[in-house]
Amino acid sequence: MSSAAALASGDPSQLLPARQLMAFTLGTHILIVPLGVALPFITLVVHYRALRKNDPVALLLARRWSAVMAVQFAVGIVTGTVLSFEFGLLWPRMMGRWGDVFGLGFGIEAWAFFLEAVFIAVYLYGWRRLKPWTHFWLGVPLPLAALMGAFGIIGANAWMNTPQGFTLDAAGRPVNVSVQQAVFTPMFGPQYWHFVVAMYLTAGYVVAGIYAVGWLRGRRDRYHKLGFCVPFTIAAVLTPLQFFLGDDIARQIFHKQPVKFAAAEIVWDTGTHVPEYLFGRLQPDGTVKGGLKIPDLNSILAGFSRDTQVTGLTSVPAADRPTTAEATLAHWTFDIMAMIGSALILLALWYGWCWLRRRDLPRSRWFFRCAALAGAASVVTVECGWITTEVGRQPWIVYRNMRVSDAVTPTSAAALWTMFGIVVVVYVLVFGAFVGVVLRMSRRWQRADLGLVRPAEDGPETDTPYGPRPELPAARAAGAPSPQSPDASAPGSMR
Amino acid sequence: MTADAVAWILLLAVAAYACGGGIDYGAGFWDLFAGGAERGERPRRLIDHAMAPVWETNNVWLVFVLILMWTGFPVFFEAVFSAMWPPLVLAAVGLVLRGAGFALRKPTRRLARRRIYGAAFAVCSLLTPFFLGAAAGGVASGRAAPGVTASAEVWANATSVVAGLLAIAATAFLGAVFLTADARRFGEPDLVVYFRLRAWCSLVAVGVLALIGLSVTRKHTTYVYHGLTHGFGLLLVLLSIAAAAATALLIGTHAPGWARYTSVASVALVIAAWGVAQRPYLVPTSLTVQQAAGATKPLQWLMLVTAIALVLVGPALVLLYRLDTHGMLEAQTDADVERGAAQGQR
Repeated sequence: MSSAAALASGDPSQLLPARQLMAFTLGTHILIVPLGVALPFITLVVHYRALRKNDPVALLLARRWSAVMAVQFAVGIVTGTVLSFEFGLLWPRMMGRWGDVFGLGFGIEAWAFFLEAVFIAVYLYGWRRLKPWTHFWLGVPLPLAALMGAFGIIGANAWMNTPQGFTLDAAGRPVNVSVQQAVFTPMFGPQYWHFVVAMYLTAGYVVAGIYAVGWLRGRRDRYHKLGFCVPFTIAAVLTPLQFFLGDDIARQIFHKQPVKFAAAEIVWDTGTHVPEYLFGRLQPDGTVKGGLKIPDLNSILAGFSRDTQVTGLTSVPAADRPTTAEATLAHWTFDIMAMIGSALILLALWYGWCWLRRRDLPRSRWFFRCAALAGAASVVTVECGWITTEVGRQPWIVYRNMRVSDAVTPTSAAALWTMFGIVVVVYVLVFGAFVGVVLRMSRRWQRADLGLVRPAEDGPETDTPYGPRPELPAARAAGAPSPQSPDASAPGSMR
Repeated sequence: MTADAVAWILLLAVAAYACGGGIDYGAGFWDLFAGGAERGERPRRLIDHAMAPVWETNNVWLVFVLILMWTGFPVFFEAVFSAMWPPLVLAAVGLVLRGAGFALRKPTRRLARRRIYGAAFAVCSLLTPFFLGAAAGGVASGRAAPGVTASAEVWANATSVVAGLLAIAATAFLGAVFLTADARRFGEPDLVVYFRLRAWCSLVAVGVLALIGLSVTRKHTTYVYHGLTHGFGLLLVLLSIAAAAATALLIGTHAPGWARYTSVASVALVIAAWGVAQRPYLVPTSLTVQQAAGATKPLQWLMLVTAIALVLVGPALVLLYRLDTHGMLEAQTDADVERGAAQGQR
């Protein structure tokens, strides 16, 4: 929506920057959420294998993935904190009116987050001194805490989509709050499982994709094979499941948020025998320009019959539904998500077929090219899924109860644009540095794998940034360094 | 009743963040003033070792504070974030740069890059508590009343500035006390002396700022001033002063570890005194706890969730701090993730 159109529709001028800023910060935060939710699990799987089978290659993978986890978790925690600030900085009126109704989910999330922060610290810093199995078991709460955290966040988001658990008094304020109803809203179940599985399969494809690139470049050792197989198998198993969950959530939206469904499928008028459009652009007069039209398919997908009635966008006044531009955006992201999801199923089947027949990876280079691409593609689907659900809800911040424009802060548009500018610059720097640091770490590991000595350009202080703590008398007496750390006298130890 | 209980939980969470987060901000403060790459290397190493395993946990208290605010006292949350917009934006930006700077410095090798990350971390360790303190000062002086929009007067007044500076000084004090104890733990006697001196200096700074603060608040923050100088509030302030004095003595002994407890007590007692002085208001004289409270049922559930979580998180926190203070937590070095490779290939 251009600012001219915003003015014409009577929206406050600060709405546009507030929406852009929220979209930007959420859109970037969500890029690292899959790793945050699922990387601990994937790491623990190889870690378990390493301990169980005394496998040094698996152990090395677990160690390296946990080094990446350290940086990724830190960036996730700070960008996540910004989001909780933004609830107040951008949408104070939503929190002022509804905070007590739907805030409890966040309360659960905060404690889950606490557990995550504690156990990730123990796991990341426990490699050297904890006993191997103790260390492993102290990592096990991590994936569980992540699932609990997702419970809180998705609970709150699902409430915004299908709010319930309150009645409105004469002044329009919520009373008679029922917490159980506000947490377990109609969209909660479908959203939660779709989200969790999306996080796991995305993290799986992203990690596997990195080793697929190494494989394509000729690094075909056991290290790369294991690094590819574990995450890829997890993702491949979940992909068909996600297909059903995705289909389910679409049908739930059809029943519970018909206008969002109409936007995602660009259905203009309510009716039966509704065609399905692949892409295409919705015009202000309700026609669709471009795209591929498949007769009757939308009705069939929504209700298994050509006679299924699908609610159109015009079933509600123009001010209560997404604009044509927003509907087109939600539709495109929905289609991209569904397309990539379907393509990933083919990839998973290819992998499964070869594994069943030969107990080995596919030999084709094309398989690994696709696998490398799958990492990026699944991140795109996460982004698309998020855009579909958030843009499809417009203009409501609390569906049918509060408009985004009524929730926005009274702060001036100029101040918000300034904040937006600052945040973009800061995030570009932080994410750029994050990617740079991870790439440099991986390059260092590659050099080490090839047996190359460290290049001389590294200065003396740069040897190992922070060496081991000097052993305490108690720790020294308690026993020799654990078998995991044969190099207790690593260079760079504190003098 | 329920609202009062949740208000006390909120105050506890604020105190926990002021202490837990404060120690980390203080470590960042001393990182900033540790000198050049060579001179500051050893203090910085110590700071890094001490902070690395616990800073993320300490940060989560802030998220918990925000959630308690909007679930327990939605109207208060709306008022504070509308009135205190500029300092809270700057604090949020500071939080990002600080956390990212700290986390990215570790796996970086080249000195120039580490300097940049370190500078972001250290500078923001100063700015973030300042702006959070300024916002708190604005609340205490009653300027964050419902309906007030952000303006310079609301947060850039004498009370807010003094509160911001006091926040910096208090974090520097906490940081120095904990680093003194850490220096002893890691067997670095000269760093014990180094940080002990800084702990004393920052305590003096806290005292001076507190006196200035009292004279400022007397005029502009009358309600809280009265609460702090009378009755139960005064008692807590005196106890806090006693704890600070005990810290100053303990840190000079051979067991500076005990000073950690007294320093945390002194800061927590000041926060408690502030809470007592504000009673029954969340924003003095315009918004009471009862007026700001959300619906009763969610508040009861919030207490239940808090209780369950205490059972889960409490032991986890104890485990973390125990492992940390017993030297069981230690970062992997590059050697750990590099040397194994050659063996793995075979």
